[in-house]
Amino acid sequence: MSDLTKLTLAQALSGLKNKKFSATELTQAFLDEMSENRHLNAYVLETPEIALHQAKVSDEKYAQGSPAPLQGIPMGIKDLFCTKGIRTTACSHILDGFIPQYESTVTQKLLDAGVSILGKLNLDEFAMGGSNETSYFGPVVNPWKANNSDANLVAGGSSGGSAAAVAAHMCLAATGTDTGGSIRQPAAFCGVTGIKPTYGRCSRYGIIAFASSLDQAGPIAQDVRDCAILLKTMCGHDEKDSTSAKMEVPDFESFLTGDIRGLKIGIPSEYRPEGLNKETAGCWDKGIEILKTRGAEIVNISLPHTKYALATYYILAPAEASSNLARYDGIRYGLRVGGNHLDELYINTRSEGFGQEVKRRIMIGTYVLSAGYYDAYYLKAQKVRRLIRQDFLDAFEKCDVILTPTSPVDAFPIGDKSMQENPINMWLNDVFTVSISLAGLPAISVPAGLSQRGLPLGLQVIGRAFDEGTVLKTAHVLENDVKFVRK
Amino acid sequence: MAIDNETVKRIAFLSRLKIDEDKIDNAKIEFNNILNWIEQLNEVNTDNVEPLEAVNEFNLPLREDNVTAGNQREAVLFNAPDAEYGYFVVPKVVE
Repeated sequence: MSDLTKLTLAQALSGLKNKKFSATELTQAFLDEMSENRHLNAYVLETPEIALHQAKVSDEKYAQGSPAPLQGIPMGIKDLFCTKGIRTTACSHILDGFIPQYESTVTQKLLDAGVSILGKLNLDEFAMGGSNETSYFGPVVNPWKANNSDANLVAGGSSGGSAAAVAAHMCLAATGTDTGGSIRQPAAFCGVTGIKPTYGRCSRYGIIAFASSLDQAGPIAQDVRDCAILLKTMCGHDEKDSTSAKMEVPDFESFLTGDIRGLKIGIPSEYRPEGLNKETAGCWDKGIEILKTRGAEIVNISLPHTKYALATYYILAPAEASSNLARYDGIRYGLRVGGNHLDELYINTRSEGFGQEVKRRIMIGTYVLSAGYYDAYYLKAQKVRRLIRQDFLDAFEKCDVILTPTSPVDAFPIGDKSMQENPINMWLNDVFTVSISLAGLPAISVPAGLSQRGLPLGLQVIGRAFDEGTVLKTAHVLENDVKFVRK
Repeated sequence: MAIDNETVKRIAFLSRLKIDEDKIDNAKIEFNNILNWIEQLNEVNTDNVEPLEAVNEFNLPLREDNVTAGNQREAVLFNAPDAEYGYFVVPKVVE
């Protein structure tokens, strides 16, 4: 392995500035690493010509002394972001051969900042899944293996390709999206760092929609500092997304002071249910101890509606998805399977184009929005959503950030039977991440230890709306003292 | 609120999805499992609670009602599986 691929983004930027290596050398090192690791199935499309061309431009910019903030940084892009002229599929058969004629705002901002695009990264179909197994292109293989085992493990989902690519050094960093945990859970499973910013921080323009009131973009990267650097570029108001917030984007990196003295860390009792596995609980306790030692104050809090978050999410997200995915009709883009009349064409196209999990969620969503059931399910879930958010507002009266595990388990084997047989078992993996999405809050996952099986465990730091700075600051301290050894 | 085979078929049609006859029973069982699980929300007292539609409840911005993008026919039709004479092609819809 080339040493260049082992750098963090911050180190790579410094190396480029100081002419230790060129953007072309850096990009080529990652392209080589990608070809070594194709068995992981992290990329669904590699774009070496584009990446090398962008690297050449970057080298010229450095030669002229006018580099942009992320000039020459090679990144992978989750295949949910529309990239102009580059095939974008959401890892669904229904978007076969779709080549966007426009660029998503987040990727445009990254391109303007000088990054090179190495390729498009695998995900669960339309970001619906927690293991990357619903992808039309097949599952991503986690670069980590359990002790004394060769079994292939899931990379988590839905941003499984992004997390695996970062963990296996097939890109310096990647974009992800998070609707119910899709940045944080795969980051935890692969031993890397990922942050979902506050809903409204990043523009959703050009991100293929799953559940619009929940979807949010964010970076997956080697460490907290890299996430902070990327977040600054990715965030900001956009006229093309009316839900993007007109808020000042701070210099997130400036929050990484290492000083958390007096900070109040909330520990929610509901996140330690009976039967929480000992390793997860132990990792959490270690995190609490670290923050305490660094001078933070530990505060016990309660988020009483936590147990209802999953059911709420699995009404609201499918409802929004059923509406968003109505656009796949076989007429304007993607797959078309003919029929004798219009409805038949829709039905044939959608039945062949969507995978099982997507169909399941479209049907649930259609049902909960249908006449006679709207009030009982959809409206009820929206009311519980308000209670869940209120829990957090109340908790943040008593604390500044909240610390929890990211996932109740470590990475499980690909094809796990109990989850294949009952979708609810798969959904339960989101138990520690969905409430935060429903409340629209920022949260980061940092690798914080290894399970007995030798697999990464993540801790989640949750903040007040638009207070990513304190989230990053806390996570940075954890990262520093945990001393997790990356792959 | 257990649902029956007819409801499964109706929901499938509303979703514009096809379920093979021999898979309807399984779909019904799975559907009912999920709905039973979801119905735990009935335990929550939501009297006098307003539904939360969006977390950012600030007013959505208005802009001038101007054309911001236009004359993009080529781009719009670029990905059409079937297009002719500058239009999308659909099966005949009028007898």
